[in-house]
Amino acid sequence: MISIRDRLIFTGQLLFTLLVAAFLIVPAILSMLAGVTVNYFQGIRSGVTLQWVIQVWELYADTIARSFVIALSALTVTLIVGIPAAYALHVRGGRLSRVVEEIITLPLAVPGLAIALGLLLTYGGFSDFRRSWLFILAGHVVFTLPFMVRSVMAVFAAIDVKTLDESASSLGASPWRRFLDVIVPNARPGILAGSLMVVTLSLGEFNLTWMLHTPLTKTLPVGLADSYASMRLEVASAYTLVFFVMIIPLLVAMQIFADHKRRQGAGR
Amino acid sequence: MTGGQGVTLRVEACGKTFPDGTRALEPITLDVARGETLVFLGPSGCGKTTMLRIIAGLERPDVGGRILFNEVDVTGIPIERRNVGMVFQSYALFPNMNVAENIGYGLKIRGIGKAEREARVAELVALTGIEGLVHRRVDQLSGGQRQRVALARAVAARPSVLLLDEPLTALDAALRERLRVELDRLLRTLGITTIYVTHDQTEAMMLGDRIVVMRKGAIAQIGTARDIYFSPASRFVAEFIGATNIVEAECHDGMLALPGGRLPIQNGASGAVVVMIRPESIDIISTEGAVLSGRVGDVSFIGDRQRLTVSGAAHKPLLVDAPNSLGIKAGDIVGLSVKPEAIRLLAGD
Repeated sequence: MISIRDRLIFTGQLLFTLLVAAFLIVPAILSMLAGVTVNYFQGIRSGVTLQWVIQVWELYADTIARSFVIALSALTVTLIVGIPAAYALHVRGGRLSRVVEEIITLPLAVPGLAIALGLLLTYGGFSDFRRSWLFILAGHVVFTLPFMVRSVMAVFAAIDVKTLDESASSLGASPWRRFLDVIVPNARPGILAGSLMVVTLSLGEFNLTWMLHTPLTKTLPVGLADSYASMRLEVASAYTLVFFVMIIPLLVAMQIFADHKRRQGAGR
Repeated sequence: MTGGQGVTLRVEACGKTFPDGTRALEPITLDVARGETLVFLGPSGCGKTTMLRIIAGLERPDVGGRILFNEVDVTGIPIERRNVGMVFQSYALFPNMNVAENIGYGLKIRGIGKAEREARVAELVALTGIEGLVHRRVDQLSGGQRQRVALARAVAARPSVLLLDEPLTALDAALRERLRVELDRLLRTLGITTIYVTHDQTEAMMLGDRIVVMRKGAIAQIGTARDIYFSPASRFVAEFIGATNIVEAECHDGMLALPGGRLPIQNGASGAVVVMIRPESIDIISTEGAVLSGRVGDVSFIGDRQRLTVSGAAHKPLLVDAPNSLGIKAGDIVGLSVKPEAIRLLAGD
């Protein structure tokens, strides 16, 4: 028998949850709706249109493309640097490895603006580098590398990669063969999770990028800020819509992947 | 590197000090004959695994130590070029490969063609009795099956030396016993020079041509199972191998003076001595005319025999193995007889 009190509590909780969800979702929905409204000040009654989205595409297609180039480049670099780094840190162990790990992780704690300032002070003088998108890539690698290293190291810790490595070496495999045949395939869940994280973070990164960009090297979020500041509200909103369309599939993929991994873990 | 089944192995003055200053191994020198199975036996932390890892090439010995395969110095050669086979305690099978791929990995690394590889894998699968499992993923195998795959993988490329690090420890008792027999047969069939590390004395005695008993990074005794069982070099070895009675007593005129009587011994020692008497070498006799007697404490019926504790004979209760047919109960007064040659004098500790 469910008492009235229990039912009241349940209803209360449900209402509260819906309220919080609404608080988060309603602005996003309103903003996206605004992006397809003919005239925001007259409301949705003025009609629905894709003209703003098309305008955004015309104005910012290169920005969006650049964002993806940077995200994929950041992924490439973090894969090439991050996996061997995680392997070395895990297999070596000891205090030095801990210190290096902490240093790699530091960008998570330091504000993006401070990292950007550091990069500007250090490399600002190399004006070709400063002006190219590679400068932003450098910032994104610094910012996303810890996510790759951490998620790969988490897998290494779970599968006793050190003994696997030793057992491959006892069978005659050189360090490079062991890395390719045994280490990387077994670290795949961590590499995938890390990759999704790196791409998503790189696409969405604003603080650091805003400091590092030039008018010719804007990225998706910087372009968003730009459109908010200088375009009519409908265009800015259409931009938000585009941004969501780009980033949400990635977030969903990440979530599905995390669920899949959890289920696998429970099955074992 | 050195080819063929089995090499002579020489460990020369191999010690190991870890970076934090811990002395894991005192400098040890020993020789292993071609095809011999040498077992390192000892409690955890005695340095036996470190010794194995030095022979494997996973650790470097301290300066001055050398490892020789067929009289060739391999100390500076990394494990991947030493042509060893190794079975790890956790088996360390590759989760990203199936059983056949695991077994064939060493052959693939050596550039052996697919057809020859498959033939060799099939041969090993038959030898280790894991037919029907070749396409399984390794996480679908039981503990015993994993152990067999690990062994097949280790010997697939015909290593010069086979190294086994507690290969049966992760299994339950019944399976361990069965696999011990299997492993013994397999090692004899293969004839590879084998180094086997264990803390289990039954395993050591059954599998080892010779046993190295280790203690605190040093060798306590090297010998065959019989040597070590019947003539332990020290009290530590005596207590570590099998059940035993360590008796401390005064010895005068070839007789051991005990609270429950006097026992004749062979050795002409006199003064305070420490001797070892195995439970199975003590006979229960009638009290009449017995030189030594005591009172039965616990009686544990084990099946093939019964193990008694007899108090009052020595300073501490004695363990005695009696035939299972003997009718005896706690509280009985019994006579004990021990053949003089079954009493072993032990060195201090």
